[in-house]
Amino acid sequence: MFKSIFEQYSWDEVKESIYAKTAADVEQALHNQRRTLNDFAALISPAAAAYLQPMAEISQQRTLQRFGNTMQLYIPLYLSNECQNICTYCGFSLNNKIPRKTLSNAEILRETAVIKEMGYDHVLLVTGEAHQQVGLEYFKNALQLLRPHFSNISMEVQPMDEADYAALIPLGLHAVLVYQETYHQEDYRKHHPKGRKSSFDYRLETPDRLGRAGIHKMGLGVLIGLEDWRTDSFFTALHLQYLEKTYWQTRYSISFPRLRPFSGGLAPKVEMNDRELVQLICAYRLFNQEVELSISTRERESFRDHIIRLGITSMSAGSRTNPGGYATDHQSLEQFEISDERSAVAIAQMLKQKGYEPVWKDWDKVFG
Amino acid sequence: MIQPLTIAGKTFTSRLFTGTGKFASAAVMEEALLASGTQLVTVALKRVDIHHKTDDILPHLSHPHIQLLPNTSGVRTAREAVYAAQLAREALETNWVKLEIHPDPRYLMPDPVETLQAAAELVKLGFVVLPYVHADPVLCKRLEEVGTAAVMPLGAPIGSNKGLCTADFLEIIIAQSNVPVVVDAGIGAPSHAARAMEMGADAVLVNTALAVTKEPVKMATAFKAAVEAGRMAYEAGLAPVNARAVASSPLVAFLDEV
Repeated sequence: MFKSIFEQYSWDEVKESIYAKTAADVEQALHNQRRTLNDFAALISPAAAAYLQPMAEISQQRTLQRFGNTMQLYIPLYLSNECQNICTYCGFSLNNKIPRKTLSNAEILRETAVIKEMGYDHVLLVTGEAHQQVGLEYFKNALQLLRPHFSNISMEVQPMDEADYAALIPLGLHAVLVYQETYHQEDYRKHHPKGRKSSFDYRLETPDRLGRAGIHKMGLGVLIGLEDWRTDSFFTALHLQYLEKTYWQTRYSISFPRLRPFSGGLAPKVEMNDRELVQLICAYRLFNQEVELSISTRERESFRDHIIRLGITSMSAGSRTNPGGYATDHQSLEQFEISDERSAVAIAQMLKQKGYEPVWKDWDKVFG
Repeated sequence: MIQPLTIAGKTFTSRLFTGTGKFASAAVMEEALLASGTQLVTVALKRVDIHHKTDDILPHLSHPHIQLLPNTSGVRTAREAVYAAQLAREALETNWVKLEIHPDPRYLMPDPVETLQAAAELVKLGFVVLPYVHADPVLCKRLEEVGTAAVMPLGAPIGSNKGLCTADFLEIIIAQSNVPVVVDAGIGAPSHAARAMEMGADAVLVNTALAVTKEPVKMATAFKAAVEAGRMAYEAGLAPVNARAVASSPLVAFLDEV
């Protein structure tokens, strides 16, 4: 279990070692062909900021070799904003007095029709954490309803037990995204004072449960802004390395959500600027050629247009972050504000202009 | 001219097989594949929309001299592979299949156990099976025994462009195979392809090296020439390589004179 590895590390010592990295450490990391976690630490360190150009060049070349001139496209489908958790940074938080909504079958199909019209074949189902309203039975029903319409279905919902995942995978669940939010235990507790999400350990062990259940793909990441992003990213990479070796049949993706404004909002404790986000994306690519790197519509247009050449392999477009946002209820509350408001067609056009093929379908339901 | 290649009764004058992934657009892909002269093109079942026929890739492969070779990339088990092959046969109207089973999504290493099992079953179901495998001489013989139409050993990990890292094993496979040997994966430069053909490989399959170059059409043309050159050299018979210099006036020549 990852927990036993995690416990061998001290947040403060990891942080100190990252900030102590020198130019020589970065140059060594750039020179190495197979990079270690220590090299990753050098590449995310402040010392590596001066090496952004060579990092970007290597990242671009490695990404091109592995993924080609292609960009996967996906879209989130928010099923519910019900949530029993208090999370200091999220619009769905229990203490946020907003109208709550969970989509019915008819509403899900109405949303689906709009999403299909946009050209999407991969969909990411999103909910808050409300076991009564959106628990295992709701997800089973949603998968059965959506399976005929999509080649690939992912979920970003509350962590579940291994048996629950094992029950959903045969119904067409392909991938699960579960972000640790932060690997800083003390801050994690501060940001999740109430609800099931307050258990740091249960969340930390979720990828292990997913791996044992045999999920095809797992998405990892932290919410950038809660704590020191360099240290959090080191732990994400540590987690990734452990998972790849343990659950070797599973694919992995990393996302980089930066805290965005939302209703009832919390100001980020730590700001990550654009240069730093580029550095992090490149560092992941130099560390791991195979991991999928995803960027959402949280980021603004011009930044997304440039970042796609530097390591990103999948992106969302035309997203709505409120349940019913595509067809049913355009006014319901969003989880966070999106920055890139362009349509899927516009994004596809932009990709083509930059010499990339927008990939709408890269899986088939017959593969299980 | 090079000798044509026959696989399962079908004759190919081009020994350059190609893939369809990683291209910037379907139009670029089509142009490159036409320039390569390829007659067998593998396409991932997971990328095409066989259910609704609204796919962007397939129309670009619709040329009379190009035969489709659907592949099962994405499957992790023999059971999934057989199912995928059956769907491909129905949707694309071909009983040819490139059997790929790689449960490892990082290096895409083919699973020998599941591949052999699936190959045996697919042959029984009437498929022309071209299995993608590691450069394992014993496995290739076992696949031949269960009736595969060819074997497709890798030169290096998929997409690596590292060339013929498995050359020693490819030589053994080529030497003892009774079915065509198609070197698949790892070929990153025309010189790699030429070398494989000089070694006696029956064909090579190239994808990444074409798709991610700045000029796919020019690179495809280069590969076409390299494959033909390598094959011609093989058919002509390469001059032997000598470890030592060979004297032009041999020391024992006097024996013919006495």
